[in-house]
Amino acid sequence: MNYVIIGGGTAAVGCVEGIRALDREGNITLLAAEPYPVYGRPLISYLLEGKTTEEKMLRYREPSWYEENAVTLLHRRAVGVDSGARTVALDDGSALPYDRLCIATGSRPFVPPMDGMDTVANQTSFMTLDDAKHLEEMLGAGKDKKVLIIGAGLIGLKCAEGILERCASLDIVDLAGRILPNVMLPEPAGIIQAHLESKGIRFHLSDSVARFTPDTATLKSGEVLPFDVLVVAVGVRPNTELATQAGCSVERGIRVDSHSATDVEGIWAAGDCALSHDISTDTDHILAILPNAYFQGETAGRNMAGGDASFTQAIPMNASGFCGLHMITAGSYEGDTYLSREDGSYKLLVTRDDRLAGFILLGEVDRAGIYTALIREETPLSSIDFALIREKPQLMAFTRAERAKKLGGVKTW
Amino acid sequence: MKRVYVNEKWCLGCHLCEYYCAFANSGQSSMVKALKGRRIAPRIQIEERNNISFAVSCRHCTDPICVKSCISGALSIVDGAVFIDSDKCVGCYTCILTCPYGALTHSEQGAVQKCELCKTNEFGVPMCVQGCPNQAIVYEER
Repeated sequence: MNYVIIGGGTAAVGCVEGIRALDREGNITLLAAEPYPVYGRPLISYLLEGKTTEEKMLRYREPSWYEENAVTLLHRRAVGVDSGARTVALDDGSALPYDRLCIATGSRPFVPPMDGMDTVANQTSFMTLDDAKHLEEMLGAGKDKKVLIIGAGLIGLKCAEGILERCASLDIVDLAGRILPNVMLPEPAGIIQAHLESKGIRFHLSDSVARFTPDTATLKSGEVLPFDVLVVAVGVRPNTELATQAGCSVERGIRVDSHSATDVEGIWAAGDCALSHDISTDTDHILAILPNAYFQGETAGRNMAGGDASFTQAIPMNASGFCGLHMITAGSYEGDTYLSREDGSYKLLVTRDDRLAGFILLGEVDRAGIYTALIREETPLSSIDFALIREKPQLMAFTRAERAKKLGGVKTW
Repeated sequence: MKRVYVNEKWCLGCHLCEYYCAFANSGQSSMVKALKGRRIAPRIQIEERNNISFAVSCRHCTDPICVKSCISGALSIVDGAVFIDSDKCVGCYTCILTCPYGALTHSEQGAVQKCELCKTNEFGVPMCVQGCPNQAIVYEER
């Protein structure tokens, strides 16, 4: 059996581990365009912040992992897929045959056209290790560079946190009226914004760049921001071209079922290039988060190896911190809300149809996974003590029998 | 594999498991040095309310969501048990976001800490179990 995985990130790791859980014999070829072993992409901001090193971050899986899993790693780019002949065309002109293929091509930065942007010499996106190295090089060691970040989403803000101590000033522009528009509601977004402003970051919201010169950005509002280094973190686009060429259905992301299978025989897809069914909103969209890439990849791998695995608990969820303020969010925020604020912490629980639909925690985030599990497992709130769950995440809220199952393994007392 | 299991019927809520855990992972040679005058941060924690109490620590799941979700690869499975490489951990708390038991906590050093069944300290067997006066916590195969 020849397995081929296009992509060398987290979804690919999940896919390999999924295949090897069931098949120790088949050949696995992994195509990775980046000249590195696999690393956790979100680590690039921690690298700049000094919380990890390149050596450590490149050990997302130990160096022996490829050999132990009998993976042939090719640092080549796939340029075409022929699903009839079952071959992948590589950038060196060769063709790689496959029996089972996983498309785990991830996403790429989206850079909207902005007037004069091509005149800016010192600019980068912030998605890859090479981007981080490029940014580090542009910043230098002098702490004298003025940095402008376009985009106040997770990528832009984590970048800001990572480089804050390395630059002279930091301005962030976003078209949206609040920071983290995709994962936050206005009030908690305001709390994080105020916290980051207290650390010296300046925000320019509901605004955008009208035109660039090599070292200034004139905003629509008329404000002129001088800068030395520009980071563009507006958003990402899924890499779906190969899937389209192979005949797979693509609607923004590659359409997959709960088995991570595409609608083309012999082809699976996983990670930031693929759609997920978000059970917290009952809608299909891309959940570009690392755990989801692993879950989809592992599901694909098991099924590619002849297993019957399905992944039916996808939800948006994020754990992050910004200059010491921790944030954990999950699910959707449509429903009845239970809000509490104390000691500088913010907690919002959202319920809908006897289920926990979502939550936002800032500051105090201990044991948040108990909340996340309620969403993922769609636990009826009527089956637990919701007053206790509102107070804090605790197993005390479950029935004694349920707790015995959770803490006593298979044995019930 | 042997795991730590909890029988809340026998739990007295005495918190000795927490003290034994903190001592076992302190690197100190005496309990007094390890614990006296300190706020402990044990990897096993008692929940209590009214007459009910029980201890919670890592279940060492066979299919651990924390390991799959870890962004740095700091969490891994070795011979069935879940370990954390605190050197690789960047303290993002994705494991705290995902653990259904609330069994991982932040440590004073910035990384995350969790029960490693005392396999990585000098004791080798779970000290919470050794310290429990009423066999409410046991270490066995199930």
